[in-house]
Amino acid sequence: MSLLPENAVGTEPTAVDVEAGRRSRVLMKGNEAIAEAAIQAGCDAYFGYPITPQCELLEWMARRMPELGRVFVQAESELGAINMALGAAATGARVMVSSSSPGISLMAEGMSYMAGSGTPMVLVNIMRAGPGLGGIGPSQSDYFQATKGHGHGDYRVPVLAPASIAEAMDLMASAFELAERYRTPVMMVADGILGQAMEPVEMRFRTPDRQAFDWALTGAAGRPSRIIKSIDLQQERLERRNLALQHKYREIARHETRWETWQLDDAELAIVAYGTSARVARTAVARARERGIKVGLFRPITLWPFPERELARLSRRVRGMLVVEMSAGQMVEDVRLAVEGRCHVAFHGRMGGLVPTPDEVLGALKALSGKISHERPAPATPKRRASARTSPGPATAGAGARAVEGRGGRA
Amino acid sequence: MTLQPRTVPRNAPDAAVGRLIYRKPDVLLDRATHYCPGCGHGVIHRLLAEVLTEMDLTARTIAVAPVGCAVFAYDYLNVDFVEAPHGRAPAVATGIRRVRPDTFVLTYQGDGDLAAIGTGEIVHAAARGERITAIFVNNGIYGMTGGQMAPTTLIGQKSTSSPTGRDARLMGYPIRITEMLAQLPGVAYAARGTVADASSIGKLKAMIRRACQAQVGDEGFAIVEALSNCPVGWGMTPAESLEHMKGPVVEAFPLGVIVDRAAEARSAAASRTAPGEGAAPAGGNGSHPRSEGPEA
Repeated sequence: MSLLPENAVGTEPTAVDVEAGRRSRVLMKGNEAIAEAAIQAGCDAYFGYPITPQCELLEWMARRMPELGRVFVQAESELGAINMALGAAATGARVMVSSSSPGISLMAEGMSYMAGSGTPMVLVNIMRAGPGLGGIGPSQSDYFQATKGHGHGDYRVPVLAPASIAEAMDLMASAFELAERYRTPVMMVADGILGQAMEPVEMRFRTPDRQAFDWALTGAAGRPSRIIKSIDLQQERLERRNLALQHKYREIARHETRWETWQLDDAELAIVAYGTSARVARTAVARARERGIKVGLFRPITLWPFPERELARLSRRVRGMLVVEMSAGQMVEDVRLAVEGRCHVAFHGRMGGLVPTPDEVLGALKALSGKISHERPAPATPKRRASARTSPGPATAGAGARAVEGRGGRA
Repeated sequence: MTLQPRTVPRNAPDAAVGRLIYRKPDVLLDRATHYCPGCGHGVIHRLLAEVLTEMDLTARTIAVAPVGCAVFAYDYLNVDFVEAPHGRAPAVATGIRRVRPDTFVLTYQGDGDLAAIGTGEIVHAAARGERITAIFVNNGIYGMTGGQMAPTTLIGQKSTSSPTGRDARLMGYPIRITEMLAQLPGVAYAARGTVADASSIGKLKAMIRRACQAQVGDEGFAIVEALSNCPVGWGMTPAESLEHMKGPVVEAFPLGVIVDRAAEARSAAASRTAPGEGAAPAGGNGSHPRSEGPEA
């Protein structure tokens, strides 16, 4: 259902409409806002398959794309959708697909082919709880899948993790830019809360400039024919292709790593969290500071490339980190790799579609703080591998998917 | 083997010398193929190249290569190519044709690719009536991976994964997927030909041409199944494999046009003006009487 003022969207907006849109704040559902942001970013074609909790994204596209004379196809499966995207993207079109966790598993094959053949595309995962069919509650349990490889082979894709609907809209334009600049699939991961919740957002959009692609398939009229492929049975040549990919990934890591910090200047402890977890953590940070605990928040915005250098730097000046996730503990592994034992790394997570509460996080913070204070004086370089871990069980009974407090993470 | 006449004066006297008999289409690259001796893929590539050239389609063609022996089709056909994951060519082609309706989109798939792992994609591309032309090469075996049983392997046929022969009770029956697809209203044209002998090759070419016309004329989805041979996978000499095709293979996979909706519509219109002919069978497509050649 459209919640936008008709003058803001509806047809291709005129300059006046856009100006009016810029000044307007509307209440919008995450899935619909993401879809509209993709449209405004110039998405030419969308391919999808119904799955909860991302259906509103598909439905928005089903209505809006034909209205604008653009391509919408409801595919027979996620396999169909991702491969339609592959074909459309191979012609240089700006292409997007979306799904939720089990569907992303099916799209993994296509992601690998697109990464291998250098085909740009934006994929949105509105994560739900797994494994298997799991449930439809919000989750962050696809971190490994998103950052460590969905499909086979040595490849990575940039992974953007917004913490608010407004940020998700903003990042959609970046997602297409990254995809086209580096000729790679780009993933946006948001949990079911971001997809389903409604927040006031400004109708402010950005449309990345169109590039002239010297690789796009358009029919070989007046030029040599082009091939988009990942196969190469000649092993030395395939290794060279792989080395070129790895070079590209180093470039992405050098230039495109994003993160946000909050109240870390005087912090002795840091919470590391992304997406909805980061918003819960923000509330917990505020409550902890009321109780005199000096804690701040480190929020990765790109999950790959992971802001490991910044976390390493942070680990030299805080005494401990608490990683909060809606998973059994996935990003915490990357945090530990970045920290290399220089400070304590504790973890608190919820699974099954549950969201940690600020009080749970506060409890975990206190436990970490207590553990560290027993070790006084603080060792400059702790000899023991520090791995304090709070109970992964619920710290507060009946936590459920209660309302998330805190503000959109755009300090 | 191709004849390459140097110059052909347009007004040359109608003599055997200097008269153009056959010219290799430019779109067919001058390169030895990687296919095994006696394999039918090379003939089918050539037919495609001829039809694309004759219909003046090469400059706007985007072809989709499969996974299987024909994965390197782009090494032989000088058109834009994208490689699809195993079985997904019809989905890839859908994406291309939807965002670039001005292009001519061709898929080239084997029987493992199209009739096993890619059944979902081919059925739904056909059901949507995607304006694409599918070339389906059926040699009854997984050639590239070493001759394993395919969905189209004949009952009793030995393969590396059915070493004692295909047993219907354990391994099921061969799929006539082109007949299945012909049931769908989105399918404008479906036919089956073979490369077993020269006259069949001529008919196959006419089928490919008609399937391309169906896309150009915006009629709907079109598929041509080309029965081909795999001498190495079948454990036969090339000559034996051709004889085998004309016998048991054609028996299991009958040749002819399975559906041609434009031709059906024409004959229905004709029968309205000239009464006497019975009405077409209800939902008449799969049970459409089969003719030995294309009707176009």
